[in-house]
Amino acid sequence: MELVQSPAAAGFTEAAFARFLKGRDEPAWLTQSRREAFARFQALPWPSAQDEEWRRTDIRGFRLDAFSPPAAERTGSEARFGILSQALDAQGVARVEHRDGGLARGSDPVLPKGAILLDLAQAAREHPDLVKRHLFTQTIAGGDDVFAALHAAFWTSGTLFYVPRGVELEAPVLSAIGLSGGAVDLSHTLVVLEEGARAVFVREMASLAGADAALHAGGLEITVAAGARLEMVDVQNWNQATWHFSHERAVLGRDATLNWTVGGLGGRLARVNQEVVLDGSGSSARVNGVLFTTGRQHLAYSTRQDHRAPHTTSDLLYKGALKDRSRIVWKGMIRVEKAGQRTDAYQRNDNLILSDRARADSIPGLEIEANDVRCTHGATAGRVDEDMIFYAQARAIPRSEAVRLIVQGFFANVLDRIGVEAARETLRDAVASQI
Amino acid sequence: MSRVLKIEGLHVSVEGKPILRGVDLTLRQGEVHALMGPNGSGKSTLSYALMGHPRYEITAGTVTLDSQDLTELEPEERAKAGLFLAFQYPTVIPGVSLGNFLRHAVSNVRRPDRKEGEDLLPMRDFRKELRAQMDELGVDQEFARRYLNDGFSGGEKKRAEILQLAMLRPAFAILDETDSGLDIDAVRIVSEGVNRVAARHQTGVLVITHYERILTYIKPEFVHVLFGGRIVEHGGPELVKLLESQGYDWVREKHPEAAQDEDEMEAAVRPPQVAGKAS
Repeated sequence: MELVQSPAAAGFTEAAFARFLKGRDEPAWLTQSRREAFARFQALPWPSAQDEEWRRTDIRGFRLDAFSPPAAERTGSEARFGILSQALDAQGVARVEHRDGGLARGSDPVLPKGAILLDLAQAAREHPDLVKRHLFTQTIAGGDDVFAALHAAFWTSGTLFYVPRGVELEAPVLSAIGLSGGAVDLSHTLVVLEEGARAVFVREMASLAGADAALHAGGLEITVAAGARLEMVDVQNWNQATWHFSHERAVLGRDATLNWTVGGLGGRLARVNQEVVLDGSGSSARVNGVLFTTGRQHLAYSTRQDHRAPHTTSDLLYKGALKDRSRIVWKGMIRVEKAGQRTDAYQRNDNLILSDRARADSIPGLEIEANDVRCTHGATAGRVDEDMIFYAQARAIPRSEAVRLIVQGFFANVLDRIGVEAARETLRDAVASQI
Repeated sequence: MSRVLKIEGLHVSVEGKPILRGVDLTLRQGEVHALMGPNGSGKSTLSYALMGHPRYEITAGTVTLDSQDLTELEPEERAKAGLFLAFQYPTVIPGVSLGNFLRHAVSNVRRPDRKEGEDLLPMRDFRKELRAQMDELGVDQEFARRYLNDGFSGGEKKRAEILQLAMLRPAFAILDETDSGLDIDAVRIVSEGVNRVAARHQTGVLVITHYERILTYIKPEFVHVLFGGRIVEHGGPELVKLLESQGYDWVREKHPEAAQDEDEMEAAVRPPQVAGKAS
């Protein structure tokens, strides 16, 4: 097959890559990893509407050559951004801040008990073995594509969050990622909890000044080792000029627990592959999606619950509300390998459609090779129930106030699953303000 | 000042089919009326039409509260004017706690000019009042935190209706088959709640039922029989006894024209279930 270089890739050319590498002071293994990724980037075909993964997500309006590799200069600024970031600020949580692909503010304060929260590029220099052991070691969620390769070749910013064996951190830890109009963020987030560790990790992506199109092509790798427990909250709250492509994967060891919340509020178009791999027996994952779209936003999530060991459980609940001409696509897959006996897996997607021109697609899927499992799925899409509205009206609550209450109520059961109070309340408020 | 709810010559259609064919009924504050009738006679239609459900089209007649015409008002305006409907099938609203829902409802009734987004009643005052009302009704304080009617038993749903009645203190309360599906203890508890509210706030009560059971607890002074979409008999408590011992056959014989309409309605439309699928 003839390899077709994407005509849109002008901003990320061979010459640009060479210049990019020259400007970086990195270990040889990392440079090598970038070169391999760049080769993949050049070889991979541009997504087309014929690909199953892209069939419902049209990126013809996206011009990669409008963007260039991030400069990765340190950009100091004290101003806070992001709704969740500000809510957590009151609690004085440890945080790392990035802006436009550069580190804006390093770990502050430094974590106790040997835990590490650090800019990823800095971590690659200061903890090379640790980073090498985990960075880009997982299979790419949803399979390789130009965005995964672009990300792996050109990433500049990112965060390492590492919790050593047996260490329990009570307070949440925050990674805040800001992006200006016209800028590019290719950050990579690496979360590693060693055996028996416990932690809460919160990530928020928010736009800074400027209304020009911006690009995020990111990656997230999570390792939750045996007996460890991670509460993860990830909120994407870009403005509606931002293109968002993300590959996210978590691997759970024996008896590990993960509660992973995804907030999808922003972006012009977002394409996310999210996977949880239940690799150790007795491991358990809960995935909570809170999505609200307005205008002409398009959010597409492909989720996968991969059961590779016996006695594992996963429970995915994505809830979305759609206004205006926005669209949400959710495509889910529960996969149970032969070894995954006694798996208990559930996936559900409920969408509330608030306008005639909004559209939601739910495509659940099951692939089961084991014979003693319990796997179920469900999906609903509908308008606000008129009977509920009338009932509220009969109690003196006018229609628009009733709709607001009902929509807020719609999200309650997924919000109730979030273990971080500040995140739960911030998302609750964010949803309420969108209605 | 005693307020008056007056229904005159009310005709109501559902999806073009006439259900009520001229209902006249006058309630004064402090009075207790019972409206009885067989299944499909139009009892629930009357309650939904009074409350303003959009599926129930008033084709003729008027409903006034004092001098105010209710028929052109949105349901929430009717509620603010002093009308309350206890639903036969209270609707489940997932994720909205009974307490939060009621705080919105009570705020709107007590501050009729309140606009959406404006302040609700202060939480402290509201909670205190709600707690007292829940104690009187014998429901656990946890009740207010539960999602509205979600997973409620039949008895809990009806108690939640009466709790809302007690908090909203309407001038007139329509109880649409509040006794249906309840055991005798629950009927008694719910009835005592209604009586307490009515005595305290001079509420005019219209009990819609086809069983006499609830009427041994909520004692009506006036009893009306709805048949074939109109009220064919007016009387006192003795009418309840008569229906209990003899059923509706004598009504049918005495009002052959209404009987014909009743049979047509029975055949044409099953009693419409609009509010809340009984899940």
